[in-house]
Amino acid sequence: MISEKPIKGMMTLNNIGSEQEKELILKALYEVKDPEISSISIVDLGMMESTEVVGNTVKVQLVPTFLGCPALDIIRQNTENAIKAAVPSYEVQVEFIHHIPWTSDRISEEGRERLKEFGIAPPPRKLPETGIWEVDCPYCGSPYTTLENLFGPAACRSILYCKSCRNPFEAMKPLFTNI
Amino acid sequence: MTKIISPDEANQNSSFKSALTELLYQLADDDFILAYRGSEWLGLAPHIEEDVAFSSINQDTMGHAVILYQLLEELGEGDMDVLAHSRAPKERRNAVLLEKVNGTGTYLQNPNYDWAFTVIRHYFYTAVKKIKMDSLKNSTYQPLADAAARVSIELFYHMMHWRTWFQQLMLAGGEARTRMESAISQVMDEMEGVLTLGPKGQEIIKFALIEHDQTLKARWQAVMIPVFTSVNFVMPESMGMKSGNGRNGEHTADLESALAIMNEVYILDPAANW
Repeated sequence: MISEKPIKGMMTLNNIGSEQEKELILKALYEVKDPEISSISIVDLGMMESTEVVGNTVKVQLVPTFLGCPALDIIRQNTENAIKAAVPSYEVQVEFIHHIPWTSDRISEEGRERLKEFGIAPPPRKLPETGIWEVDCPYCGSPYTTLENLFGPAACRSILYCKSCRNPFEAMKPLFTNI
Repeated sequence: MTKIISPDEANQNSSFKSALTELLYQLADDDFILAYRGSEWLGLAPHIEEDVAFSSINQDTMGHAVILYQLLEELGEGDMDVLAHSRAPKERRNAVLLEKVNGTGTYLQNPNYDWAFTVIRHYFYTAVKKIKMDSLKNSTYQPLADAAARVSIELFYHMMHWRTWFQQLMLAGGEARTRMESAISQVMDEMEGVLTLGPKGQEIIKFALIEHDQTLKARWQAVMIPVFTSVNFVMPESMGMKSGNGRNGEHTADLESALAIMNEVYILDPAANW
């Protein structure tokens, strides 16, 4: 499923000669999922910074969500494998870059929906002045939720509880450059 | 001074590089050893939510050590795994405070760890680290400035976490207050070692890699004093390096034993791919 909206990091794909190859690579990138959240692609998660073809090499730059995330090597490998399978005649280089920080607003609208599908609330769009998060329950949609633990089972997630449907759930931890 | 934007450029100026690598070893070694000390609480933290939170913080912190060792690797200092695992204690630049054991006993036998000491050590260190990272955002070594901006974002949540523990235990009264006060004096005895930029400090400052350690210290105190006031306690003014200056390679037996445990599996087969 390719989102209608332009995605960050996709523009440089235009450098690729054949439209067909461009389409194949795009599709392949959408097939690479977060290893722990199988409903969301790394593109919708906002990890993609750029993709370009230089000579016979597809170069992909990814932005890690959290620096200590143990899934990073798996994501790198899966990205490489997916592109190699899509365009076997090309070499593939995938690297993580650190000069651009990952922030919650990099998650696409499509990505926010896919997270909910998995039972994870998308991150609050911005930290209100009060510091209190407003997060709707991904199951019943109720805003009547409480934060149980800022730190969850993965670096990128927090644990919350819905007082309406009484389900515990996880939310993506918001990250912004101004905090 | 103008920004140095790449490892290649840094390598062309040997005195700049020497000051830069010194600072990077301090920052990387600090995070590496404290992430380990934190991980020793796994399964032992006061309650299960803390177990989850503290593990996550340790994972973040080890991730920060990784990015800093990576900067050293890019400068030609050697493979980052070797830098993390195979350097002798006397080559380590971490502050002595951060290598100290969590308490008596070991992880496997009678781990009688001190939660008050852990809260104070982590809170004070994290507050210093946040101030250093904010200063490093303007570092003349651009790859370090980029990394600092990245690390700084994650520290927001660590700060919130430790400040909450600090305030709640300080205001809890009884045994909690007594133990927290004793931990404060224990940590302050070594705190200078966290703040000092060590024997190459003047060089580090001259090249504007980070601001002067006295400036950082004053900024740290300015951040901490209102928090101390909020819990009705006067922040001690004096601090020291009672057990030695880690930036000089002076360390305690606690570092040796920690490294021996951490390296045990690595040394079995350094070429193995985990």
